[in-house]
Amino acid sequence: MSSHAHSAVHVPPAPTGFWRKYIFSIDHKVIGIQYYLLALLSVTVGILLSVLMRFHLVWPTAHIPLIPGGMMTPEQYLSLLTMHGTIMVFFVLTTAPQSGFGNYFLPIQIGAPDMAFPVINMMSFWVTFVALCFMLAAFFVPGGAPLSGWTTYTPLSGLGEITGPGEGWGQTMWLVSIVLFCFASLMGALNFIATTIDLRAPGMTLMRMPLTVWAWFVTAVLGLLAFGVLLAGGLLLILDRSAGTSFFLPAGLIVNDAVQNHAGGSPLLWQHLFWFFGHPEVYIAILPGMGVASHVLSTFARKPVFGYRAMAYAMCAIGFLGFMVWGHHMFVSGMNPFSGFAFSVLTMSIGVPSAIKTFNWLGTLWGGKIQFKSPMLFAIGFVSLFVSGGLSGLFLAQPAIDQYLHATYYVVAHFHLVMGVAAIFGIFAATYFWFPKMFGRMMNESLAKWHFWFTFVGTYCIFMPMHFVGIAGGIRRYSEPSAAQYLMNLQGVHYFMSIAAFVTAAAQLFFFVNFFWSLKKGPIASKNPWDATTLEWITDSPPAHDNFGGNYPSVYRGPYEFSVPGAAQDFIPQDVKPDAVQR
Amino acid sequence: MNRAAKGSAVTPAILSLLLVLLVVITAYVFASGNFKAPPPITEIGKQVDHQYALTLVVTSIVFILSQLGLAWVIFRYRDRGQKAEYNHGNTKFEAVWTTATIVLFVGLGLMAHHAWAVTHLQAAGSDALQIEVTANQFVFNFRYAGPDGKFGRLDPKQVSASSGNPVGLDSADPNAKDDIVVPTLTIPVNREIELLIRSQDVIHNFYVRELRLQQDAVPGMVIPIHFTATQVGRYDILCTQLCGLGHYKMHSFLDVVSEQDYQAFLKQQASQ
Repeated sequence: MSSHAHSAVHVPPAPTGFWRKYIFSIDHKVIGIQYYLLALLSVTVGILLSVLMRFHLVWPTAHIPLIPGGMMTPEQYLSLLTMHGTIMVFFVLTTAPQSGFGNYFLPIQIGAPDMAFPVINMMSFWVTFVALCFMLAAFFVPGGAPLSGWTTYTPLSGLGEITGPGEGWGQTMWLVSIVLFCFASLMGALNFIATTIDLRAPGMTLMRMPLTVWAWFVTAVLGLLAFGVLLAGGLLLILDRSAGTSFFLPAGLIVNDAVQNHAGGSPLLWQHLFWFFGHPEVYIAILPGMGVASHVLSTFARKPVFGYRAMAYAMCAIGFLGFMVWGHHMFVSGMNPFSGFAFSVLTMSIGVPSAIKTFNWLGTLWGGKIQFKSPMLFAIGFVSLFVSGGLSGLFLAQPAIDQYLHATYYVVAHFHLVMGVAAIFGIFAATYFWFPKMFGRMMNESLAKWHFWFTFVGTYCIFMPMHFVGIAGGIRRYSEPSAAQYLMNLQGVHYFMSIAAFVTAAAQLFFFVNFFWSLKKGPIASKNPWDATTLEWITDSPPAHDNFGGNYPSVYRGPYEFSVPGAAQDFIPQDVKPDAVQR
Repeated sequence: MNRAAKGSAVTPAILSLLLVLLVVITAYVFASGNFKAPPPITEIGKQVDHQYALTLVVTSIVFILSQLGLAWVIFRYRDRGQKAEYNHGNTKFEAVWTTATIVLFVGLGLMAHHAWAVTHLQAAGSDALQIEVTANQFVFNFRYAGPDGKFGRLDPKQVSASSGNPVGLDSADPNAKDDIVVPTLTIPVNREIELLIRSQDVIHNFYVRELRLQQDAVPGMVIPIHFTATQVGRYDILCTQLCGLGHYKMHSFLDVVSEQDYQAFLKQQASQ
């Protein structure tokens, strides 16, 4: 595993004009921040949508200012949940941890001056931006946003507006957006992989890479293999809708007593294509969070990561197995029941590398000297949420149990904890950890702690009771509970969850205020405010245009050399030569 | 950052306490039994509940140990001015932990398959009562073969909910003449039922909590499921697959009745 000599590195001079410096920049750091801000905008929209949904679920007839018509209709509720899921999964959980932080820190952490393909990197961002524009525009087209859920099952999504408002223009906008997003993500994945393989500094062997780099690398491989499939599926669905093809539409469909002019397609084919992407996607969302959690836990426990190799291999194993379990989303779909066996056992076995990671996180903390800075609080929160959310997956992975719990709120609770909130905690940990490096200023620690307490308690108050609603048979994606008495009986829990959701959403103001205030007014950050070891902390805050101001590092040791016996300081950066360690 | 000073004990104390509370409250709500599935009305339903209980035991142990372990470790090893241990892991521990989880998780997964196999891999008995379930936006219709015991042909072109032929019985087929089509599902107790589930337009789902059964209705497919209900009563049938704006009100009833009541139901329907 050799690395390129740095003499071969060509860094274009820093741009001086506004447009090339801040807008159409090819600097990975600017692009990383652009992705992060895009995610920040998207998460604001996503939270707003969820607040509206939680409001409607408990006060279905109340007047709501933002809603056309004043009172929310069932189809508007479905549009909200569709757009909430889509925006959160694609434009927040995929962009912020991978494209945002990965873009900014992967090259710096491996000692590279930029991504391997800077222009492609710029294109990835701007295509993603256009995709977001299409997605948000879906709210404003005739019929409004689509209502078929983020999974967009056909034929509901394949027949146009006869199956519901929003299934005309809105669904088309959605599909165009997703196709563009997939294209952008493919370019991004290619870039991450090439960069990790080719641009590592001398001495930066694979087994010396920070676990964040491992996470971004494995995630990029997943993205490369997964997004292409959804891209193809999305194009085929667009053809079904507009060109009269029938990839996903069988013969004899009858809507409004009229037989539809389609034949030969399979609704299950869409589900297979979607989930072949969709399951790896949940690991695309969570793996970077795992990397950040490992990185931050080690730094603030002042201890090397427990079982570094096992952590790296576990991420590879999760990524590999992640491609063989998509069928667990389809146990009740009518798929051949024999495949339920295979998908179930494979899914249960993903619990193994996940358990290894949890065990090793606890092992990292064990015997440490733990400093409870805000990034650390969110990393600890990540571990707790990941355990809570992951364990409910063991129920859903068994088809016999899934055929009771499928499509109940139990599933909603499960995936929100494990891939939603846990991943968001990873993003917050990363933000509080790297903000000083990215913007040269420290964030306010008190506001950050209040943000943590409210968010940690709040998310558990939202999503723990949600399991109980699901166990009682509460159905997701119902705009109101009037269909059955037992659903009405669960409304009390919904009140509790809604109140918790409003409080938690409001508590995010702690973060936004802190973020924007600290950008301007935060105390100036030193090069290495956390006494950390990896390469981003040996350069300026923020780093120079070429990341290291011409002094490219060589690497002499692993990424988490904390509390080394005999050393004067309790951390040894990766670029310190063996004979230069102060004793 | 001043590393000479000890860290405050307040933050780790609060965080540990919250984790302990999380465990206590969650365990209490599970134990209280306020939220649970209604009693199952099939043998398979009981097996599903058994497997659920087993999984709950395993996951509870892992949940309690890891959350309390986390609470303990962050409080015990908070910064008190000590020096952190320098170690890179313990291969023996990791191997034991990995093996234990493989046995536990995969073993649990393998045990779950009986209940699944009986419902989905074994065919229904030849004397099972067949009833066809047709879903469309946003209603269920249930078709019985009628006195002749034969389902008539269906013709998509003749589907017309407004003129009383929601499933599209073919008027040219004599077998279709006596077919019974009703909006609620009535079945006799203690007799094996085979449902043939289909959809006319988009994907729907047939869900009855007490059967512990959820099955998508997919256009272009006829999906069989079978069960024997052992408890007379009225149960909710809900659509659980997002099917459009009326999804939330797509509802019907499963009436499990005695054999006499079932015969009376058939007689009454046949006379209409």
